[in-house]
Amino acid sequence: MSRKPIIKVNNLVKSYDDLVAVNGISFEVYENEIFGLLGPNGAGKTSTLEIIETLRDETEGDVEVDGFSINKEPQEIKKIIGVQLQQAGFYPNLTLSEVLDLFAGLYNVSINNIELLKKVGLADKFKAKYKELSGGQKQRFSIATTLVNKPKIIFLDEPTTGLDPQARRNLWELIKEIREEGTTIVLTTHYMEEAEYLCDRVGIMDRGRLMKLDTPNKLVNDLIDSGFTKEQEVKKANLEDVFLDLTGKELRD
Amino acid sequence: MAKIKPSNTKAVMALAKASLLASFRNPSSIVFGFLFPFVFILVFGFLGNGGNALEVGVLPTSNDDNPIYATLSEIDNIDLVEDLSVSELDEQLLKGQIDAIIDIQYAPSQGGLPIYDLDVQTSSASAQNGALFLSILDGISDKLTLNQLQIAAPVVEVNNTEVEGRQFKTIDFILPGQLGFSLLSSGVFSTAFVFISLKETLVIKRFFATPIKKSNIVMGEGLARLVFATLQASVIILVGKFFFGYTLINGIVTFIFMLALAMLALMVFLGFGFVVSSVAKDESAVPAIANLITLPQFLLAGTFFPIESFPEWLQPISRILPLTYLNEAMRQVAFEGASLIDVKYEILILVIWGVVIYALAVKLFKWE
Repeated sequence: MSRKPIIKVNNLVKSYDDLVAVNGISFEVYENEIFGLLGPNGAGKTSTLEIIETLRDETEGDVEVDGFSINKEPQEIKKIIGVQLQQAGFYPNLTLSEVLDLFAGLYNVSINNIELLKKVGLADKFKAKYKELSGGQKQRFSIATTLVNKPKIIFLDEPTTGLDPQARRNLWELIKEIREEGTTIVLTTHYMEEAEYLCDRVGIMDRGRLMKLDTPNKLVNDLIDSGFTKEQEVKKANLEDVFLDLTGKELRD
Repeated sequence: MAKIKPSNTKAVMALAKASLLASFRNPSSIVFGFLFPFVFILVFGFLGNGGNALEVGVLPTSNDDNPIYATLSEIDNIDLVEDLSVSELDEQLLKGQIDAIIDIQYAPSQGGLPIYDLDVQTSSASAQNGALFLSILDGISDKLTLNQLQIAAPVVEVNNTEVEGRQFKTIDFILPGQLGFSLLSSGVFSTAFVFISLKETLVIKRFFATPIKKSNIVMGEGLARLVFATLQASVIILVGKFFFGYTLINGIVTFIFMLALAMLALMVFLGFGFVVSSVAKDESAVPAIANLITLPQFLLAGTFFPIESFPEWLQPISRILPLTYLNEAMRQVAFEGASLIDVKYEILILVIWGVVIYALAVKLFKWE
C-alpha cells in the first residue's frame, strides 16, 4: 500500500463557547486507505470530520486535503471530496434519480444515474423517494450521492448506525468496493468489529484528544503485550454469528 | 449582482428545478397557491352579489287583475313572491328576507269609480328597502289617480338620462386583490417553510459540502418561487377570465403588465420569507410569524375593500403596507388599463420595500 498522505491534520483545535471539542490533534490519512475515527459520543469525531470537510471553521491549527488548505482553497477541496452527514436528509418529494440530477448540477458534472444506483444496489429504486427507503437503502443512497463527483476522498459519518446485521455487512462490502476503485475513505463508527473488519488504520479519540493511531492488529497486539487478558475466554463464535447463522446473510430490504 | 459563471448557472438551474418539482408535488402548495384564491373569489363574489331587487310578498288572497299589480310586475327591480302562505310570508318579512307584503283588494265605492285597497306591511328588518317600496307605490298610485282624473299632463315631467357606464363586475375588483394576497402568502409561507425544513433536515448543510455558493442556493430557490408564482398568477388571471368573466381591459398587454407586477411583488415577499425563516426557531414557529406578516396585509391592504372605506385613523397603516401598493398598481393596470409607467409611484414603493427587507434578511439570515 502506498504511504502518500492525502490529508494532513496539524495541531487542530476546535472550541465552542466554553467547550473544547477538539484539543490539538495531528494525524495523516494515506491515499486509498480506509481510515477510521473511533471514540465515544462527544469525543470530537464529527467536529474533526466537519472541519476537514470545510463545513466548520477551525479554531486553531491547519488542515490540508490533497495539497489544498481548508482556509485558502475550500472550493477546491469541495470538488474532490464526497460527504455523508450523520442523519442528513435529502430534498423532499424528489425521486432518487432526481436527487442525483440535483447533485450532478451542484457539482457541474454529468452522470449516469442508473449506473450509479446500480453500484449501490438501488437500480430498481430509480423512481422511489428517499423517505420510502429502508434504513440500509437510505445509507446506500447517501453513499451514492457522495460518489457523484467521482471524489478522491469520501467521508462517512457513522454509516452503519441503526442498521441490522445483514444491512451492515452489505454496506461494508460496498465500502470495500469503493476503496478498490481507488477512493480514500474516512469513516467514524462506534462498532469495533466494523473498524477491525474495514479499516486499515484507526485513530481512537476521547475528550478531544487522539489517544492512539495504528492498524487494528497492532493496537490489539500492543494491548496483549502489555499483559492484558480478557476475563472470559473468547469462544469461537459470538451471538451475532448465531443470529446470522439463523437468519442468513442475505439483505432484507 | 455578481456575474454568473457557467458552472454556477448549472447549479442554480439544478436547484431551481429540484425545488420546483418538490413544490408541485407538495399538496399544500398546490392547494394554497391555486385552489384557495378561487375559494376566496367564490365566497366574496357571492357575498357581494346579493342583487338589489326588492322582494315583495303577495298574499295568496290578493287580487291580481288590477293596474297596480300589472305595473308592479313590469318593474325589473321588483321580485313578486307569490307562492308562499301567509305565515311563511310573515316569517320572511320578520327576518328581512322579503322587504314588504302587499294585499290588493278591489273595493268599488261611491260614484262607481273602481278603487283599490292596498295594504302594505314593511319591517324594520329591511327598513330602507321597505321605504323605497312605499315610495314606488306612491308613484304608481299618483299616476293611476291622474289617469283616473284624466289629467294627461303631469305638473312635473321627469327626464332621466342614464349614462352607459362600464360594467363593474365584482370579479374585476376581487381578482387583483386576491392575486396580490396569494402572492404574498405563497411568497412568505413557502419560502419560510422550505428554508426551515432544508436547514432542519441538514439538506442545506449537505449542499455546503458541494462547490455551490450560498448566494446561488438563494438564487436557485428564488428562481423556483418566481416560476411557481408566475404560473400561479397566470392560472388565477386566466381562470378568472374564462370562468368568472374577469375583464382584461387591454387584453394580452394588461395580462403581461399584471404578470410583471406579480413578479416584482413576489421578489419583495420572498424577502419577508427569508426574514421569517431566520427569525423562526423551527418549523412550528413559522405559521405564527408568517401570519403576523400576511394577515394584517390581508385585512388592511385593500384586498377586499378599498382603503378609502376604512376609518381615517386606520388608513395611514394601510398606506405603509407593501401589499397595498401591489393592490393599487394591480387595480390601476387591470381595471383602468394603466401602463406600468402610470404606476411608477407604486412600483417605486415596492422597490424600496424590497431594498429594506433584503437588507434585513441579509443581516438576520442564519444558515444553520
